[in-house]
Amino acid sequence: MRRFVLGLFCALLVAGPVAAVLPEEQLTDPALEARAREISQELRCVVCQNQSIDDSDAPLAADLRAIVRERLTAGDTNEEVMAYIVARYGNFVLLKPPLDVQTILLWSAPLLVLIPGGLGLALYLRRRNRTGAADPTPLSAEERSALAGILKVDDAS
Amino acid sequence: MRRLAFIVPILLFLMVAAALGLGLRRDPSILPSMLIDRPIPTFDLPGLTPEDTVGLASTDFTGKPVLLNVFASWCVACVIEHPMLLRLQAQGVTIHGLDWKDEPSAGAEWLAQRGNPYTLIGSDPNGRTGIDFGVTGAPETFVIDGHGRVRYRHVGPITPEVWTETLQPMMDRLERET
Repeated sequence: MRRFVLGLFCALLVAGPVAAVLPEEQLTDPALEARAREISQELRCVVCQNQSIDDSDAPLAADLRAIVRERLTAGDTNEEVMAYIVARYGNFVLLKPPLDVQTILLWSAPLLVLIPGGLGLALYLRRRNRTGAADPTPLSAEERSALAGILKVDDAS
Repeated sequence: MRRLAFIVPILLFLMVAAALGLGLRRDPSILPSMLIDRPIPTFDLPGLTPEDTVGLASTDFTGKPVLLNVFASWCVACVIEHPMLLRLQAQGVTIHGLDWKDEPSAGAEWLAQRGNPYTLIGSDPNGRTGIDFGVTGAPETFVIDGHGRVRYRHVGPITPEVWTETLQPMMDRLERET
């Protein structure tokens, strides 16, 4: 029983996400199909919004997958296919939003946090070093013998 | 300096909290339409049954402002919305229907049972026209002006509040424009 549970657990560990693309949806040309998969993974399903259309079982996602494959077969480039979908559903469908006026805050957020945070940290460390670097007063003879006593007690136990 | 180091993080926190708080009040399932103030996509759809000689085409949207309602026989919320559409039709509002991703005969039967609030109906079984409109689900309603341009998109059923507060004032304004 334990081995079974362990085996099941290991199987779950290696199980990856399964795409929702059905065999009959796929293109016969493997190169085109690979591009279709690549594009589908970049496009958000507008019904279940945190899945790509490649992952989603929603009927609308299947329609969009079919459209992606149709456009590719018609000779569109990857960018043209993306633009076709974006023209209908907006930049929201791109799981990786483009850098533009609306998203500049989003893309610059890491810098906005890291730069002031880094500066603050640098200032703090410099100040601490300056005050802390001043030579500490050396231990007096009394303190040294007290310390030796403590350490000895610790060793004995 | 000391006091500043105290106040600035608190101010920053309050700003971020306010921004996130406002974000919580938005419904993330409602996406902005790409078509606002743009002409409707070109389409020419057949009716629901073979006997229907007229369907719905993009050229039908000229003259006066109309509503385009996306519905389907599989759509649960459409059942809730339907009496409201019938009431609007009785008030003289022109509503065109788009039977989206639906078996045309199922759509026809659905309307036969509940009454038909639509002036013209287009059947869109593979959903392509809906996708050209950026439809994410049914029901959805577009306000289209007399020049065939999309002016507003409402996601979900038209409730009496949605009609009196949003759609009716907009239709009245567009009516005066034309």
